[in-house]
Amino acid sequence: MITALLVMAGLALVLGATLGAASVLFKTQGDPLVDKIDAILPQTQCGQCGYPGCKPYATAIAGGDADINQCPPGGDEGVRKLADLLGREYKPLNAEHGVEKPKSVAVIDEATCIGCTLCIQACPVDAIVGAAKQMHTIVGDLCTGCELCVPPCPADCIDMVPVTETVESWKWRYPVFELKVQPATLPAKEAA
Amino acid sequence: MLNKLFSFNGGVKPDPNKSASTREPIARLALPPQLVIPLHQHIGGTPRPLVTVGSTVLGGQRIGAPDGNVSSAVHAPTSGRVVAIEPRPMPHASGLSSPAVVIEPDGLDTAIEREPFDWHAAAPGEIRDFLRDAGVVGLGGAVFPSHLKLNPGKSGHTDTLVINGAECEPFITCDDMLMRTEPENILRGALIMQRMLAAKQVLVALEDNKPEAATALKAAARALGNASLEVVVVPTRYPAGGAKQLIRVLTGIEVPHGSRSTDFGVQCFNVATALAVWRALEHGEALTRRIVTVAGNVERPRNFDVAIGTPISHLFAAAGLKPDTDKLIMGGPMMGIPLPNIDAPVVKATNCLLASSPTLFAPPEPELPCIRCGECARACPADLQPFELYWHSRARNFGRAQEYKLFDCIECGCCAYVCPSHIPLVDYYRYAKSEIWARERDKDAADSARERFEFRNWRADREKEEKAAKLAARNAAKPAVKPADGPAPAADVAPAAAEDPKKALIEAAMARARAQKEAVAAKNTDALTPAQKAQIDAAEERRKRASELSGSDAPTE
Repeated sequence: MITALLVMAGLALVLGATLGAASVLFKTQGDPLVDKIDAILPQTQCGQCGYPGCKPYATAIAGGDADINQCPPGGDEGVRKLADLLGREYKPLNAEHGVEKPKSVAVIDEATCIGCTLCIQACPVDAIVGAAKQMHTIVGDLCTGCELCVPPCPADCIDMVPVTETVESWKWRYPVFELKVQPATLPAKEAA
Repeated sequence: MLNKLFSFNGGVKPDPNKSASTREPIARLALPPQLVIPLHQHIGGTPRPLVTVGSTVLGGQRIGAPDGNVSSAVHAPTSGRVVAIEPRPMPHASGLSSPAVVIEPDGLDTAIEREPFDWHAAAPGEIRDFLRDAGVVGLGGAVFPSHLKLNPGKSGHTDTLVINGAECEPFITCDDMLMRTEPENILRGALIMQRMLAAKQVLVALEDNKPEAATALKAAARALGNASLEVVVVPTRYPAGGAKQLIRVLTGIEVPHGSRSTDFGVQCFNVATALAVWRALEHGEALTRRIVTVAGNVERPRNFDVAIGTPISHLFAAAGLKPDTDKLIMGGPMMGIPLPNIDAPVVKATNCLLASSPTLFAPPEPELPCIRCGECARACPADLQPFELYWHSRARNFGRAQEYKLFDCIECGCCAYVCPSHIPLVDYYRYAKSEIWARERDKDAADSARERFEFRNWRADREKEEKAAKLAARNAAKPAVKPADGPAPAADVAPAAAEDPKKALIEAAMARARAQKEAVAAKNTDALTPAQKAQIDAAEERRKRASELSGSDAPTE
């Protein structure tokens, strides 16, 4: 009897100590759910969702403060992925936050640019190069197409240009077999 | 001596259709009125153009510099004038444009003075750089820069160098004709490669449906008298010319998923690449021409020796394109890609141009549901399960498709060839592969955007902290400094200045400006006419009145 009690108590102590040590050793840094949501978001950092960037929006979704359909750049596919991840019901994009647009990048009309640096301050991803009273330009590969630089420009010299397909970015299309309409022989036969 | 050949699983035996284009010898095609030389013709970085519009170029002159080491140079095939550097339609399934150098040949075909290169004495690294600058890339179809493959790696040696002349795909005969006409030089190129790779043996392999080429190569090998070099005839079965399949037939080595043949001491090159290496090193010739088979629905199918950049329409005109042609294909009927634009140029990857007609290749039959017969799995030479890949690609379930090793698929088309339901299986794999690549690109872009956004936020926080620290430091130092700051500009602004250091600075700057203005005196006042003097006096009068006015206004403010 006493041996059994001792064995059980000993086991409990050993297992408890292992669990305690594991909780210290393998402590998760940050919130893994926020990171998973953040990985789905397109990282445009446009703020259309009402939060100052993708990470804050991910935090808000994880905290239950924001809905999953507030990210227009992520589009319909993004909402579906979020719904999958969070086990929630899919819902269409909330039009209040904007509509899904084809991916575009900002382009500065360099002849019109007055070098005011306002767009540089607005760019969330440091994709604009320039200095005061010097012409600015946008590094196309780094631009996320967030459009945040467009409103501050006093000279109205920034345009959003849709990204066109190149030989490198071109994708094979989903195979579709075209159904050909046969000449109407059958009804004729039936009539005969 | 290689006394045993192995075999690979699967494969098919389509009708070879090779005799039509091998009746005539290789013809050297006349230059077209315009050559369009794409800058990006190989795997890796896009070369930078080295010429400008209007400049004259010589044959063999470098017009595109390799972008980094994983790239290759591009050369002008003949002398002429650069008329444009602009995007031109590419020989690509998309029909999209890409930057190209457009050259108008002057008809003289003046070659650039070739620098002799003593490859016998050069270090392997120097030879590799030379080959990169000579634009030598794999001519079997993958156009991978050859200099990167001619590296024995960490082990410092290779067991077997395979020179691939199998050319298993129907209709294509460019390697066959090349082996018949220049067997010695192909073997000499192979021996240079052997030296660079420190390979123990060289196996030149070709299918048994090319007896003329085999005879020519064997005779050339005997003449060279190198014991480590052997010409091997392998059974004809598509796709015996796939690198992994050929290596398996010759050595029995099955290269597993995720590794390369070099991990097992085997390296593989196409016969045309061996010849290009020989020409580059022995004669200093850059890769500016290649052999292209023109076959299918044409009057005179044959092989042409063409300058890279020649419009495809020029080749079809020479071969006599039949009017009922409905589709053009670059490559063979199994693996080729549709060509939407006949004006696209011949590139380093163009081995065959095939014209298709409804009688030659029957239009695809309607796709029927998969009946799970397993024929595709029996035919797959890469030992995959094509039906699984098809279901997951069709359902856009790309993660699962990758689990079934989608990227081990060589797109040989055997599965679609045997499919009783006529499913265009390869189209689904190509679709899935390009979708996966696009997603990876998007993910990389998103990751870098996230990194830059986080860095920017961190920098903004740091700047804010630095500013606060600076202000705090200045505020702490101010009481000691302020009294020694000289007389205050005006009694009424002094208290305000004491409150706000910024305001004080502005006031001081304004006072300095005022003093400077007063100190300025007109300098060119000698020898003035009376009229000018009167004008000056009038102006002075006005200025005095104005300053009096503003002086009287000031207290009321």
